Order: sequence, then C-alpha cells, then structure tokens
Amino acid sequence: MAGLLVVQGLTKRFGGLVAVNALDLVVAEHAIHSVIGPNGAGKTTLFNCVTGFYQPEEGRILFRGEPIEGLRPDRICRLGITRTYQNIRLFANMTARQNVLLGQHVHLRSTWVGAIVASRFTRQEELQAHREAERLLAFVGLRGKGGVLARNLPYGDQRRLEVARALATRPVFLLLDEPTAGMNPRETHDMMDFIRRLRDDLGITIGLIEHQMRVVMTISDRVTVLDYGTKISEGTPREVQGDPRVIEAYLGSRRASGGDR
Amino acid sequence: MRDALAVGLLSGAVAVYLALVGVVEQLHGRLVLAEPVRLSLGQVALFLAGLVGAMAVARRAAAGSPAAAVLAGALAGVSAGAVLSMLVLAGPALNVRAMFVNASPPLFDLITLGRGPGGVPAILALWGALGAAAGAAARLPAGARRPLAWGAAAVLLLSIFQELAQLILQAGERTAVVADLLFTSDSPTPGAAAVVFVATVALNALWRARGEGFRRRTETIPPAARRVLRMAGPALAVVAALLLPAVGGAFISQVLVIVGLYTLMGLGLNLEVGFAGLLDLGFVAFFAIGAYTVGLLTSVGSLGIAQMSFWAALPVAVIVALVAGVVLGIPVLGIRGDYLAIATLGFGEIVRLLVLSDFLRPWLGGSQGLLDIPKPVFGGVELVGPEHLFYVTLAFSALVAYVAWRLQDSRLGRVWMAIREDEDVAEALGVDLVSAKLLAYGLGAAFAGVGGAIFAVMLGSVFPHSFQLLISINVLALIIVGGLGSLPGVIVGALALVGLPELLREFGEFRFLVYGALLVVMMLLRPEGLWPAAEQRRELREHVEATEPALEAAAAPPTAGEPTGG
Amino acid sequence: MRRGLARLTFIDLFLWGFRLLVILLVLYGTAGTLRAGRYSAEQWFDFVIFGLAQGGIYALIALGYTMVYGILRMINFAHGEVFMSGAFTAYFLAIWLGASGVLDRRPLVGLALVLALAVAVSTAVALLVERVAYRPLRRAPRLVPLITAIGASFFLQYTFRGLYGAGIKAYPEIALFVGEVGVGGFTILRTQVVVLVTAAMMMVALYLFVMRTRTGKAMRAVAEDKDTAALMGIDVDRIIVVTFALGGAAAGVAGILYALVFKQVHFFMGFIPGIKAFTAAVLGGIGNIPGAMLGGMFLGVVESVGPALFLDGLGIVAPYQLKDVIAFTMLVMVLIFRPSGILGERLAGKRA
Repeated sequence: MAGLLVVQGLTKRFGGLVAVNALDLVVAEHAIHSVIGPNGAGKTTLFNCVTGFYQPEEGRILFRGEPIEGLRPDRICRLGITRTYQNIRLFANMTARQNVLLGQHVHLRSTWVGAIVASRFTRQEELQAHREAERLLAFVGLRGKGGVLARNLPYGDQRRLEVARALATRPVFLLLDEPTAGMNPRETHDMMDFIRRLRDDLGITIGLIEHQMRVVMTISDRVTVLDYGTKISEGTPREVQGDPRVIEAYLGSRRASGGDR
Repeated sequence: MRDALAVGLLSGAVAVYLALVGVVEQLHGRLVLAEPVRLSLGQVALFLAGLVGAMAVARRAAAGSPAAAVLAGALAGVSAGAVLSMLVLAGPALNVRAMFVNASPPLFDLITLGRGPGGVPAILALWGALGAAAGAAARLPAGARRPLAWGAAAVLLLSIFQELAQLILQAGERTAVVADLLFTSDSPTPGAAAVVFVATVALNALWRARGEGFRRRTETIPPAARRVLRMAGPALAVVAALLLPAVGGAFISQVLVIVGLYTLMGLGLNLEVGFAGLLDLGFVAFFAIGAYTVGLLTSVGSLGIAQMSFWAALPVAVIVALVAGVVLGIPVLGIRGDYLAIATLGFGEIVRLLVLSDFLRPWLGGSQGLLDIPKPVFGGVELVGPEHLFYVTLAFSALVAYVAWRLQDSRLGRVWMAIREDEDVAEALGVDLVSAKLLAYGLGAAFAGVGGAIFAVMLGSVFPHSFQLLISINVLALIIVGGLGSLPGVIVGALALVGLPELLREFGEFRFLVYGALLVVMMLLRPEGLWPAAEQRRELREHVEATEPALEAAAAPPTAGEPTGG
Repeated sequence: MRRGLARLTFIDLFLWGFRLLVILLVLYGTAGTLRAGRYSAEQWFDFVIFGLAQGGIYALIALGYTMVYGILRMINFAHGEVFMSGAFTAYFLAIWLGASGVLDRRPLVGLALVLALAVAVSTAVALLVERVAYRPLRRAPRLVPLITAIGASFFLQYTFRGLYGAGIKAYPEIALFVGEVGVGGFTILRTQVVVLVTAAMMMVALYLFVMRTRTGKAMRAVAEDKDTAALMGIDVDRIIVVTFALGGAAAGVAGILYALVFKQVHFFMGFIPGIKAFTAAVLGGIGNIPGAMLGGMFLGVVESVGPALFLDGLGIVAPYQLKDVIAFTMLVMVLIFRPSGILGERLAGKRA
C-alpha cells in the first residue's frame, strides 16, 4: 500500500489498558488527514507512537516505506516528522527566536569547537539560521517578537510559535495536536487557513487531531475515527459524518460531552 | 504596644543567641571606636539586634504621632534589655557555662558594661534609650535616614576590614602613612571614622538629590561615547585585576587564587546546572581528578610516575577529567532532577573514598596524598608565590570564561538550554540527548580539571581531604547565589561566597554561621541571584515595570516597609 | 524483544556491563571470603546485629527525609542537623542525670527524660527550619529550597558549635545497658537490644499514626496532591507542620540511639548519618514510609556485613574503609536501575 505514513496493526498498552488496538492507518502524501474521537480514544497515543515518544508493543509504522517504530524521537525527527502539542510545550525561558533556532538544529552543521574558535563557517551558518528564524517568525505572524521570552507571549502567539518551531525542522509530515484548542472563532478561522497554506504552499502532509468538527469537516481530505483505541470509521468528511457508528460513539449514552462543539 | 513587647522579646532572644553562640565575644576583640567612647563590633552586633527590632516596631506604630513611635521603640528596647538582663542574672547563678561554652564572665561583663548583676538598671536604661533613638530614627524621612544608615555601615565596614586594610597599606612606605592616619593599633582613629561617616553620608545624600539628574544626563551622551564608557567599566576591572597582586600582596593574591579556582569550578558546573539543567552534586570529583592527574604526572616524590612539567601535564589532566566526566555521565543519562543530584553525589563520594582508601594507597598515597609536586616554570621563572599563580589562574579563568561564553550562544548552548527547559520536546526536535548531555558533563568536568591542576601546584601536594562534598555544595551555592546560568554571576558568586569568607578568616568559624544565614536570606529575598542571567534579568525588568505603579502606591504612606539601609 | 534490540545502544551495553561487573565482583568476593573462612559464625552474627542497630537509626532519620519529600518534593538537607541538635542538647541533661545518680538508680526514667528532651529539641529545630526557611518558598523553583536547606544546614551546625563548643563529647554510660545478653548461643550487646527495640517501637508507632489516624490520612492525601487536598478542606500548612514535627521527633529518638551506640556527640555528627539516611530513603523508594524503614535496615546491614563479605574476598586491604563505597554504589545502582526504590510506588521520572 502506498502512502507517506503506513501504520499496520499498531498496539500500545499501558498496564492493562489498551490505548491503541491493532490499528491500521494510511496517510496519503499531501493530505490533510484528521484523527478524531472522544476523549481517551487513543489519538494522542497514536501521535506519540509515530513520533517515537512511546514504543508500541506490536505493529509496524512505515514512513516513506521505511520502518520507524522503536526509533528514538530525534531520529524520527531527522526523517521529517515533527509535531506540536495539545498543551503547548515551548521552551518557556528561551526567546521566541531561540525556540525557532532550536527547531533548525537538525539542519545545522557547526560544531562546538567551531563555536569556540568562531570559525567563518559557524558565523555564516548562525547568520543564516537567524535570518531563517526571522523569516519563519514572520511567516506565522510573529514578526518583531523574536526577542520575547516564550512564556510571555499571549496564548495564540504561543500556538503560532510552536508551529514555527516545528516548521523550522522542515518537516515532510507535520502532526498537529489540537491546534485550535482554546481559540476564538476568528483565530480558529485563521488557523484553518494557515494549515491549508502549509499543505498547499509548502507541500507538507498534515496529521491533525481536532475536536472542533467544523474545522475537521472543512479542511480534511480524510478522517479517521477512533474509539477505545480502535478505528471505527474512516473516509472523507462526508462519509464519516454519516456513519452511524461515529454518531453512536459521539452521541451515545456514554460520553455525550465528548467533543462536538 | 503588645506588638512592641513581642518584638522586643524577640530581639532580646536574638541578642541572647548572638551572645551565647559566641559572635559577640569574638567580635568584641575588634573595636569600632576607641575614643571618645570604647565601642566594639561585638557590642554593635548586640545593639543592632535591639535596634532593628525597635525600628520595625516604630515603623509599624507610625500611624500615631512621632512620640508614639519613640515610645514603642523604647518599650521594645526595654523588653529586649530585660531578656538580656535575665541572661546576666541567671547565667552565673545557674552555672549556664556548663552547657553554653561562651557564657563566660567576660561576656557578662561586656553586657553589663562591667557592673555585674547591679548593672541591670543600666542595661534597661541603655536599651530603652537605644530603642527610643531607633524609634525616632524610624520616623526620619527616608532622605535623611538612608544616608545616615549608609554612613554607619561604612564605619562598620572600615572596622571589619581594618586588619586587612592595614595589611595592605603597611606593605608600602607611603601607604603606611595612610594606614597610621586611618587606624590605631586596634581600631579606626576617631578622625578616620568621622571622615568616613561624613563622606558617606554626604555622597549618599548628594546622589539621592542629584542622582536622577545625573542619570538623565548620561542618557543624552551620544551612543558612540556611551559605548566607550560602557567598555570602560570592564576594561578598568581587567586592569584592576592585573594590578591586584602587586597592590594587595601575598595574602590577597592567595585569596584571589582560591576565588579563581572556585570560578573555574563554578564555570564548569554552570555549564551543567545553569545551561543544561543537570544538577550535579559530585562535581568536586573532577577537580580531584585534575589535581591527582597533575600530581601523579609531575611529582618528583615516590609516587610520581612521569616527572613531567606542569605545562605538559595540564592538557593531560584536562583530557582525563573530560573523559571522567563522560564516563560518569553515561550511567546517569536517564536520571533527572533531584535523583540526578543524589546519584552524582554518590559518585563524588565514591571517588573520594576510593582515593582515601588504603586499597589504592600504593598508587595514590591514601590519606597522606601525593607530595613533592614542583611549581610550574614559565619563561625561566619558577611560579612559586601566590602572586605568580594568580596570573596563571586569571589567565585560565579568562580562557575558560571565554569558552563558556562562546558556547552559551552557540548551537550547542541552545540545545543545552532546550534540554533544561523540556528534554522530551528537545529530543522530538531532533536533539541527540546523549551527545548533548555527555558534552555538558565532559566540558564541565574539563573546566574543573583545569582548576584541580592549578590547585595541585598551588599546594605542592594533593590530599583527599581537600575534596569533600562540601566543595561541591559550595560551588553549587555560589553559582546559584551569583545567578544561575550567568557567567558574570559565577565570578560575583565566587567573590561573595569564597572571597569574603577567606578575607574574614580571622572571624573564625562564625563565617560559616553567617554563610549559612546569608544563603537562606538570599534565597528568600533574591532567589534569582546577585547577577542574574540575561533572560532572567529581562524578565525581572518587565516584571518590575508591570508592578511599579502598585509598588509606588504602596510606598506612598509612611507605614510602608522599606528595607533598612545599610 | 526485537524492538528492544533495535533500540539497544552503546549506553545500554555500558550499563549492562556496569551491572554485570558489580554482580561479578560481589559474587567473586563473597565466594572468596567464604572459602577463606576467616570469620566465625559469631562474627557474622555480630555484623548483622550491629548492622540492624545502625540500620534502625538510619531508618528513623530516613523517615523524616521520606515524609518531607513525599509532601514537598524537596530534599530537606538540614535534616541531619535536626538529628544532631536533639542528641547534642540532651547530652547535657544526660551528664547531669549521670552526675546526680539518676541514670544508675532509675535508668529507664533517666533514658526517658533524655529521649524526651532530644525529641523536643529536634522537633523544635525542625519546625523552626520549616517556618523560616521553607514555608516562604513553597512555590519557588526547585533549586531554591535546595540551597536554602544547605544554608540552614550550615547555620545549624555552626550555631550548635558556637553554643556547645567544637569538642567531641562523650555520652555517659548507663550501667543497665552495659554488658551482653545471650540469645541461643550468640550474645548481643545490651545497647543494641535497646536500640533495636526502641527503633522498632518508634517505627510501628509512626506507621500506625500515618495509616490509621485522621491526620495520617490527611498527610497521605497531601502527599498525593496538595491542591486537591486543600480543596477537600485539609489544612495543608498544618499537615506540613505535622510532617516536619514527626520527622523531627523520629530524628530526635535516632540521635539518642546513635549516642547510645557510638557513645559520643559533636556538632558535625549529623552530616554522614544524614546522607546515609537519605540513601536509605532512596533505597526504599522515596516518599514511602515502610520503604524508608526497610531501606534503612538494609543499608545498615549491607554496610556492616558488606566489607567483610564482598571486599575481603577480593583481597582488598582494610575493607572497612570502603563501607561507604558499598553504600554509595548501592545508591547509584538503585537510582540507575530502579529509581522507584525497593518498595517504590511513584516514579519521580518527569519531575525535572
């Protein structure tokens, strides 16, 4: 099966709890692929397995045809997979610029010896990196805020900075974990446009966890629905929307408050 | 009024504590003034306990009339005096000395002003008067109170450092004259004390009145000139540092060498703790490894193995320390936070105990250590004295500080900072945690190794007793007091926590008492350190800006607590 | 396993090597010692009993560390000084009681008085440190209270040095406790019996307090989650005070037991037992009360038996000098391979 990311029979357990259960998933290149499901359905666990935070017990994860399960997160990042976090995880005591510079880490070559002797290569590379950082900050709408400590940025800016930092790794596949959480309708709308631009202008494949159905249904090419770690439905937004199992999972007696807002 | 009583009793208790712990008697030997009244530092310490309490009470009672403040102060003073009187009365009667070694007749004499038990009324009167004076002083406008407090503090400093100043001044013929003008054999001269007091008060008052204008005028200086001015400070510091041994002589040089060694260690530990957030309490091990490597390689004694020169052994020592840092770093890679501190503490102790043991004695000398380490020779000159070693230490400290400074803003420095902030996220952004952490351990250890190497030649011998856990704790304390992650902070911290205690060696073990108390007070009042790192400082400034109006509002009524000047 | 291998790095190899090396050394040393047969059964028995007595003292101190860490997540570095302060102060009472003959005529009353004073002083010091040095820093970054604790530790050491002098003071002997008692062919020093019994009683009492009483329950709730406990109406400040008081009391008892076993006190006596007790707390799984007890006993015995058992057989000269190396090696190994300790429940992993 072709596809940028292929997940086969993925299982992740925590003690007795099966967080992800024999999951199969294919993310096509240049798609915006959403993963939805009630709270605790295993969406973030799936992300954590793909990015190497967790080691799955069973199953395979192929990225561009190569197995990546069990690799360390930094290796996976080098292959071109980056993510953002549900509860923003910036380097709080570093400036916005330093956050983005750190994102470029894998593409920099200068060594610590070069830094000490201030070699020409190091100086040029740092200059380049700073320019790139400014460009990325401007791209996400943080022009002129490079010197602000990340923790002092307003909430919306923090979300944007996290995306800028992720983009700095020049990802092929970007995983966004609830990028619109806590945003007002206006900001949400901007974020949707922005995600589209990432795909259309930069050619980045997007994996998206999202609770706001409007967002999911508007921008996704494909939607996978999880419940209790199992895939219960998959298809285009329209197909998924009409699937009785999805309606059951969301509106069933168990957790009516689970998501749709 | 109950408030005044309570605070008075508390300050009385503090005074009794100071007396019994031995501070008063120890400081009694040092005079602030011989003429017209004989006033010792010990008495000052005792009185300060009462004064501070009375001032606090008066400040709080300030809603009423000035008379109320004076009265409250007096009451606090009398009750503090009463507590002291109890000590004086009960002391000889109950043979308190069997328990408290310092409860000696001289101490009681000192408190009663030599009048014995009959001196109690005098004590009460004196302390009441002191309290009243403090109460009155508390009601002075800040514009008058602050300069006076600074003046008093300056006179005290003159007295505290008189021995040191004499030592330095007596060295030169011309400066010896100055010394005679400033000091008698055991106290500052009345004239000197008066001049210092008046000068400090005047300068302080002038700055209070004109400082704002002066500051505003500096802002109108053209930027180019300002840059020159800004460079002037560090340049002056460098020149001063270069001249210090010549001016200060052997003792000062020795102290500075020790400060330099702690700076080297501090810079190394700062790399681990300040930059990369890796808490290390076994850091002294790498200092020891540097020292022992140089000892073994250069010693001409029985345990020496190579009889190399210091300059040839130094790079070896650095590399050995670096490798040791990496090797001891590998097992603790997966440990975080407090647990890392404890694990490294364990490694540090293991290294020291092994070196100390008879088991390794045939190679490392056990508790007798390594002897006969020759002094380094540089350009045909044997670097014997601390004046020479000072320059060696200064040069290497500068080199290491430069390296640390270059690393701080480099790609590696950013990676360390990211690990400090959130190592999981750093890893997900492609950071190889293993190599980054091992580099921090290795380079940090290498810095300490340089210090150890110099330490070995400074003493001419190496003993395991020099590498106690206490050193690791000291180094950690100094980088935190200086300001975690801040390079100038390391130097400031080393001067404050190592230099000052060394200079005040004559005050004996009480420096550790003060050291401990200062650590606590410092963490309570200024946890970000004396010279915080750039990011922290920026943060602070923004914080201050945000809260300044509130502070001003709070400061407007005269009741607001201002820290006592001095 | 396939995945495990894929992820195996030189770090893992290094760690496995380290573990294997230690195990081999221990086994080889033990075999050597036993084959040489240099020690008699009585000697081994003495080692173990001494180890248990010393371990009981460690355990009592460790309780203070572990309870405070459980609730505040901070290492109370000044706890060793809390231990010292009680024993050092009670020394003067003991001397006075000894001189006036009470210790000979009514040894148990005398011991009880000495214990009471030590407990009172240690508790007072513990509470003072909490009030002055730690309470204002509840929400400060982690390193700040650590430095404060170090400062408080210095301050207390030199305060007591200033107050009582720098010399080593010999604790008076209690006639009743001199000599040995026979147990099935072996003999035990009477002091060791006293120490073991007192330590065991103290531990049981503390355990019951924490598990059975309302306050104990509240303590456990606060350890679990301070904020939630506060929402449930628990006075967190009071619970923290109680925790420090309990730790101080246990340390006070430990101080007197130490004085009985080692017959001397001085201002620096808290330092090494403090570190050892902390090791014990970590060994048992920090935050875990039975763990601290077990860890203390375990550490005491290994320290006492280890040099003869493991090191003698390796042909190491003066193995007793290396007893602390054994203790610290154990500490490091536990931290590396089982950071949750022997009885560990909570893993402190992410608390960086």
